[in-house]
Amino acid sequence: MKAVTANRLDDGAVVYLDESGQWTAELALAARYEGDDAEAALADAKRRATEIADGYLIEVTETGAPAGRTTLRETIRAAGPTVREDLGYQAAGR
Amino acid sequence: MYRYDEFDATLVAERVAQFRGQVARRLSGELTEDEFKPLRLMNGLYLQLHAYMLRVAIPYGTLSSKQMRKLAFIARRYDKGYGHFTTRQNIQYNWPALADTPDILDALAEAEMHAIQTSGNCIRNVTSDQYAGAAADEVEDPRPYAEMIRQWSTFHPEFSFLPRKFKIAVTASDHDRAAVKVHDIGLRLYRNDKGEAGFEVIVGGGLGRTPYVGHAIRKFLPKEHLLSYLEAILRVYNLQGRRDNIYKARIKILVNAEGADNFAAMVEKEWAAMKKTDIDLPREEIERIGAYFAPPAFETLPEESASLEEQRRRDPDFARWLRTNMAAHKTPGYAIVNVSLKPVGGVPGDISDGQMEALADLAEDYSFDEIRATHEQNLVLPHVRKDDLCAVWSGLKRADLATPNIGLVSDIIACPGLDYCTLANTRSIPIAQRISERFADLGDQESLGELKIKISGCINACGHHHVGHIGILGVDKKGEEFYQITLGGSGAEDASLGDIVGRGLSADATIDAVEKIVACYRANRQDNERFLDAYRRLGAEPFKEALYEAA
Ligand code: SF4
Repeated sequence: MKAVTANRLDDGAVVYLDESGQWTAELALAARYEGDDAEAALADAKRRATEIADGYLIEVTETGAPAGRTTLRETIRAAGPTVREDLGYQAAGR
Repeated sequence: MYRYDEFDATLVAERVAQFRGQVARRLSGELTEDEFKPLRLMNGLYLQLHAYMLRVAIPYGTLSSKQMRKLAFIARRYDKGYGHFTTRQNIQYNWPALADTPDILDALAEAEMHAIQTSGNCIRNVTSDQYAGAAADEVEDPRPYAEMIRQWSTFHPEFSFLPRKFKIAVTASDHDRAAVKVHDIGLRLYRNDKGEAGFEVIVGGGLGRTPYVGHAIRKFLPKEHLLSYLEAILRVYNLQGRRDNIYKARIKILVNAEGADNFAAMVEKEWAAMKKTDIDLPREEIERIGAYFAPPAFETLPEESASLEEQRRRDPDFARWLRTNMAAHKTPGYAIVNVSLKPVGGVPGDISDGQMEALADLAEDYSFDEIRATHEQNLVLPHVRKDDLCAVWSGLKRADLATPNIGLVSDIIACPGLDYCTLANTRSIPIAQRISERFADLGDQESLGELKIKISGCINACGHHHVGHIGILGVDKKGEEFYQITLGGSGAEDASLGDIVGRGLSADATIDAVEKIVACYRANRQDNERFLDAYRRLGAEPFKEALYEAA
């Protein structure tokens, strides 16, 4: 399954597209797509150029955890630097 | 120190104003990301994993206290209270908001700094010896030449769109602290048999995917022709360098494809046809720039300081720090102080806003207002009276900046890696942290002597792993972090590229492997030879055996 992720335009923070078409900071809340739906969702998202700097698809499990080859990268994006647990989303103690 | 003239100040101010407009147009949607990206990169603004990243140039690594305070202010006001010193004597901020960057650039401009030419296919920030103007072993201060190159290369119309990025380093000592042999152009100022000072010009070095040690294409270049000769090299490269393939576009590929002799002949031909007086600076201008770097008002002091010797005898911790972190100064009664940004378990190169301010204060009180950044991700107070060393040490200790490990096994270079960098295969920083913890004992570290470990999180080699005595490169194997070890590299005057030993290892196995390699060195070391010398004497075999035996 796939989810749409991006970096928010104004501060570069990691965001994911949720079911209602809003950007969320929580990967678990991201909408999950199969096949062509994912590409279509990404294409739509990319048109929202004043909201995001960059968008792409990531592989996720059915429960919305990072999966596939980029698991570690996306885990770090979702949480923050592993060497500074006081920074990034992980700092808020999600 | 160099001060901006009106021309510099106007240039930078105009660029900030222009960027402010571009940011506004991007935020309003007038510019797309594709249109905006090259513009932000031209101003040092990257997009990393968690946020934007702003890379600020520190020309030839020289900073005043005022500039350091400004960097601290930016870290606190616009970032998350810290900055990261890189292997190119730059500082990076990891969390700036896009909308704030014009204000950050304005703040930098107030302290005569900017982020121009820290990205893109242009001539990047010129780097130099962090001991410039202070080193006991230097021919003369290399920074006036670095500054001439900075002025010549800033917004150079012909060289703003080179085939690829271009890095120049300058040194003026026999002991190369600027890694000149692994730069696109390395310049070594030295004195020939006749006693004249000139440059050895080394071209085509570099790390990354295809690493090379550079070739000396000119043994002796009279100083006054520096700029015309550089221009000749850049022209040949600009015309002949490959623009069709990003992996083959650096000058090192051209030099090695043509052969160094051929390449040298091409440059000499270009240079001979050139009207040098149009490019080389007139003597008065060279002197004018040189005057900015006049030595500070050193006192006339005896070489030895009685109070220092007394304090050294009394406090073994201070004595240890002196042994590892102090270097010889050219002026009697003075010393160079190295400030380690590599505490055990810390993030190499990171420094907090408070630490920056503490260092700015110490520089103001004890080092003629000067601070230097090193390509090994440390800082330097270049001009400290020996009488003041103990006070400086105490001040550094209060700021947690007195780790006594310069050049030792825990003084590790590590790139940001997958904790921050979008291009990374693997993390680098945690490997550095764990190695420094494994070898935390200061006595052991010191007994091992000089041992340079360098870690990169991908083949781009920002962590200079090819030239580490022990190099560690992160490789991705089906989404798992693996690390490949190289041995016997050096980025100094005895430059060489490390040899790959064995297959990739997991993170845990990598830490163990480093320990085994070090144990093998300890067992085979003769007298007090350095790790690198032992490796060169013994070859890779005993080290490979030590690794495999355990595998
Ligand atoms: S070496 Fe690779 S991972 Fe490390 S900072 Fe450079 S590009 Fe990023």
